Amino acid sequence: MHTYLDFEKSIAELEGKIQELKALATQGAQQGSSVNMQDEIGRLEQKVGQQLKETYAALTPWQKVQVARHPARPHFVNYVGKLIEDFTPLAGDRAFADDPAILGGLGRFRGRSVMVIGHEKGWDTQSRIAHNFGLGKPDGYRKAVRLMSLAERFNIPVITLVDTAGAYPGREGEERAQAEAIARSTDRCLSLGVPLIAVIIGEGGSGGAVGLAAGSRVLMLEHSIYSVISPEGAASILWRDSAKSQDAATAMKITAQSLYEYGVIDRIIPEPVGGAHREPDNIIRVTGDAIDEELRDLEKLDAATIRKQRREKFLAIGRSG
Amino acid sequence: MSWLTNVVRPRIQKVFRSNKETPENLWHKCPACGEMIFHRDLEAALKVCPQCGYHMRLTAKERLASIFDGGEYKTVPLPAVPLDPLKFRDQKKYPDRLKEARSKTGMEDAVLVATGNVEGVEAVVAVQDFAFMGGSLGMAAGEAIVRSAEVAIEKHVPLIMVAAAGGARMQEAILALMQMPRTTVAVQMLREAGVPYIVVLTDPTTGGVLASYAMLGDIQIAEKGALIGFSGRRVIEQTIREKLPEGYQLAEFQLERGTVDMVVHRHQLKETLGRVIRLLTHRPKAGAIVPFARVQATR
Repeated sequence: MHTYLDFEKSIAELEGKIQELKALATQGAQQGSSVNMQDEIGRLEQKVGQQLKETYAALTPWQKVQVARHPARPHFVNYVGKLIEDFTPLAGDRAFADDPAILGGLGRFRGRSVMVIGHEKGWDTQSRIAHNFGLGKPDGYRKAVRLMSLAERFNIPVITLVDTAGAYPGREGEERAQAEAIARSTDRCLSLGVPLIAVIIGEGGSGGAVGLAAGSRVLMLEHSIYSVISPEGAASILWRDSAKSQDAATAMKITAQSLYEYGVIDRIIPEPVGGAHREPDNIIRVTGDAIDEELRDLEKLDAATIRKQRREKFLAIGRSG
Repeated sequence: MSWLTNVVRPRIQKVFRSNKETPENLWHKCPACGEMIFHRDLEAALKVCPQCGYHMRLTAKERLASIFDGGEYKTVPLPAVPLDPLKFRDQKKYPDRLKEARSKTGMEDAVLVATGNVEGVEAVVAVQDFAFMGGSLGMAAGEAIVRSAEVAIEKHVPLIMVAAAGGARMQEAILALMQMPRTTVAVQMLREAGVPYIVVLTDPTTGGVLASYAMLGDIQIAEKGALIGFSGRRVIEQTIREKLPEGYQLAEFQLERGTVDMVVHRHQLKETLGRVIRLLTHRPKAGAIVPFARVQATR
């Protein structure tokens, strides 16, 4: 069952009609009826296609928030499943625990060894709870540091897939120095002598995202968001009204298009019409192509140049503007 | 000022003067114990309540004066940054909020950087002022921190970072968030140059500030009683649906959890900083008599 977002009402209706007609057509065919519904179905499908195209070409920032959080939007395990061969998950921070919200491991990406690290939000109620909704704890960021260091030691590039509302704001995280863990993870991203390609595949929420996203290249899916705080959080703090999330989403310029303009991200990966969740295989392949291209560029460079370029890139953000 | 203001106790003073003539800020009430403290006594005590030891917040200038020898220092000119590139507006326009903060504090933005001597050792000190929009980390503060690191590296002297902030400046949104990696780069430059980087966490230091340069010090000092944490208390309570105990996230709690190296009383801060930077840079004890040959050698 497809989950429709609130701005997709007319699309939902049309697609519902198409389903009905298709069911009727099969029924009719079984009963030997000669009524042809293919024309009508074709016409409606064209109409849906047109509406999707128009709607998704003009999504408001708040609508993008909804798309970025769509339950069927492909996430870490989907990307790894399709893009990485020989995936070998690696667990634990060697100090306290293995954080199921931040996964990582070695694998083979289009021929080369890579280290993949990312947030996993889960795909149904049970797995969402198991992965703590992609809200990382200190142990997750410490695992990320460990895996990045391992990758660097063997000259293996790092790919991070960012998809989190933020770091877990709970008691245990706080008591194991959540802030320090994020700071060290950002620090490790920025000091790596191997390429780090970060892709914001869904939500890039605050420090919890930055800890994995300080890459040589930062890529963003067309309808992903990246923000200092969730629109809901900003609304309740700055507007003192949690109903102002839409205004906050607009004011904070959280879309890939704005962030590209400000030089915060390096590349926008176009999504299929109707969003990544409509054609997961398509978006995963296109994302793979983009990562591959960026890696090819960076793989020629030596460690010192990789570090220097990454640093200069971040220092330049906001300076021209 | 007449001799009366200095000598006469408040109640007697009321007899001599009407309330209107007494500027309210001559006497300060301790927010912790309610003690009334005469402003000069409070200043002399570096805004620590003489009755209960509560540490009140210092302005950036007060902090600089309390750390540098003789209260003498030179401020470092800071780079200008683009004003409000996002054209941000919540209930107010961001430039209006900035204007307000500037006239309230007399500062350009939340961070001041200065050079001078700390217990006889030259150092760069960067101070974040909570009174300026909650000390928040935006482009100006980020550039100030990067600049402070550059100056410390040029002079090859320690950088002392006195942090105080709610977190990233929301009105600068993503450009504020980007100060987390940017300031982290500054810390890496210090590390590579072999320049000591000492962080003093003061009340309060939270959010994205704590999750970047403020937790990356070679030595992490927390000022007594300071609130230090990643998430705000209210957010944690809403997440876990229970009340947090008193003293949660205070400096002493963070010391117990291993987040900081030490908790220091404000009156011992300057001496502690001097000792730490002397030890890290192989210098003799402050005021120690050193044979002439060793003085030559350390130069």
